[in-house]
Amino acid sequence: MITLRNLRRHEPRGITVRKPGISGPAPVDAGQQRTAVDGPPATRPVVTVDRLRKAYGPGAGVMDVSFSVNEGEIFGIIGPNGAGKTTTVECISGMRVPDSGVIDVLGRDPQADRAMIRESVGVQLQESALPPMIKAGEAVELFASFYRQPASSNELMDALGLAAKRNTRFMRLSGGLKQRLSIALALIGNPQIAILDELTTGLDPQARRDTWELIEHVRDRGVTVILVTHFMDEAERLCDRVMLIDRGKVAALDTPAGLAERAGGGSHLQFIPSAPFPDQVLTVLPEVAGVGHDGQRIRVTGTGDLVSAVIRALGAAGVEARDIQVKNATLDDAYVRLIHHAGHDHKEALRP
Amino acid sequence: MTAHAIPSRARPPGRAFSQLVKVETKLALRVPVGVVLGIAVPVMFLVIFNAMPALRKPAAGTTLTLFAQYVPVLICLSLCLIALVSLPIPLVTYRQLGVLRRFSTTPAPRSWLLAAQVVTNLAMAVTAIIILVAGAAVFFGVPLAPQLAGFVLSAVLAIAAMFALGLLIAAIAPAPGIAGVIGTVLLYPLLFFAGLWAPRQDLSPIWQHIGNYTPLSAAVQAMEGAMQGHFPPAQPLLVMAAYAIVFSIAAIKLFRWE
Repeated sequence: MITLRNLRRHEPRGITVRKPGISGPAPVDAGQQRTAVDGPPATRPVVTVDRLRKAYGPGAGVMDVSFSVNEGEIFGIIGPNGAGKTTTVECISGMRVPDSGVIDVLGRDPQADRAMIRESVGVQLQESALPPMIKAGEAVELFASFYRQPASSNELMDALGLAAKRNTRFMRLSGGLKQRLSIALALIGNPQIAILDELTTGLDPQARRDTWELIEHVRDRGVTVILVTHFMDEAERLCDRVMLIDRGKVAALDTPAGLAERAGGGSHLQFIPSAPFPDQVLTVLPEVAGVGHDGQRIRVTGTGDLVSAVIRALGAAGVEARDIQVKNATLDDAYVRLIHHAGHDHKEALRP
Repeated sequence: MTAHAIPSRARPPGRAFSQLVKVETKLALRVPVGVVLGIAVPVMFLVIFNAMPALRKPAAGTTLTLFAQYVPVLICLSLCLIALVSLPIPLVTYRQLGVLRRFSTTPAPRSWLLAAQVVTNLAMAVTAIIILVAGAAVFFGVPLAPQLAGFVLSAVLAIAAMFALGLLIAAIAPAPGIAGVIGTVLLYPLLFFAGLWAPRQDLSPIWQHIGNYTPLSAAVQAMEGAMQGHFPPAQPLLVMAAYAIVFSIAAIKLFRWE
């Protein structure tokens, strides 16, 4: 179905999403190529991870992960439990020492320059808490004192809807408010990069949606966001690019729409034409993979910016499309294809 | 800090530490375990003991009354409760909840959180000692130690030894409940040798001899000496200093941040 969300998030992307045929076979290259091929938005990487390895016994941790995060984007890291998501971001934030590989954060080595990293990278950790009796306002002001150029505590608490909870103790905050406070603490130092790990786990649907809006606000403040999640809808909604990690390796890296397409999903479009027309009107389009008839209804499958292309072509042929229904392949489809069905060969799964 | 940490030129703001102490103090007063156990309980004992006529008699082998002899013992009770309960339990709780982990992502060194706990509990211990000594002097006629410097030195070493032990518990206890059990188990023998249940001089020589090598028996001996006007003997001072050093090093070596 076309929803406002789909239109807003996916249509502009449709322009930049490359067709599967052009996609490089190696998942790691995809994201980097995209930047090179698509050019704008003009960004420079703020985080570069090259062949990171951090093992915890056999099969655990990170085996081989390379990627870069561009300035101002929301970069998602998704994957099953134990895939190495948290380990990866812990290495970026300097909390863990990699076994091997090179990490560059804002031009620095997180191990050699920990103080600088802590100053400019805000972190929201999975499973970390505050003293139960501390008040929300006290926590924000305390953390503000740790940074040389902190944001205004009052403004930040207002922006995150915490102002009314200033005097509420941490233990009395709801899950959603605890997460808001956690975001506030990750942002209080005016970071250039915010790492948010499993932000919405355990939240109710409304609180999750509220949190998503907050993350978009964070990005709008000019902060690059690295978002670790295992919710596909969250990654699809928020992320400019998504990296799938599985068993310590990068399984794929692309835009959410790009991933969905490369997993063989593509888009499905149905409509009722105002007048009959020959199939060739659509089959000549590069976006269209197939055209089928179901009584009056026409079914079109394809990739890329399918809807616009079809409607343009129909318009040129003097045909109007009514009762349009669109189903885009989702990141869910991609996840299932790339992670669970991938077996031992992820690259195989990438080819539609 | 791991061995990989390279000292950085960029230090966090100094106000971070004062903020930490401020917040830790507020938290300590919000759940007033240390204040109740470390200050109110010993003061209560002081008042009760003063009401017992039997304690007005002179203590054997000293120039002090039995009641006066209890002042350093109650100081030790206070130090025990603060150092073994009030100090380690929040730290172990912080580790269990991931507070220490959260701190390690900020520019403030996570050791500052420990230091702030120590400062807060130190303030409580000093307050307790002042209340006990001044209260005994003003209300119950126990004169201030004539050898005040020796008394202060003894108290400082007693605090150092007990806080080091408390930090060692914080370093190794995996959960707050376990820290509580370790603290409670240590509390009774330590206070037994300090003379809480019976004056030290009433113990058999073997037990007195063993007691000489426990931190709180040493503390009581040293403070009693100062209260009788002579500088504390070297042995109890050295015993306390040794405990302070050994337990501090062990606590630092064994402290787990996660």
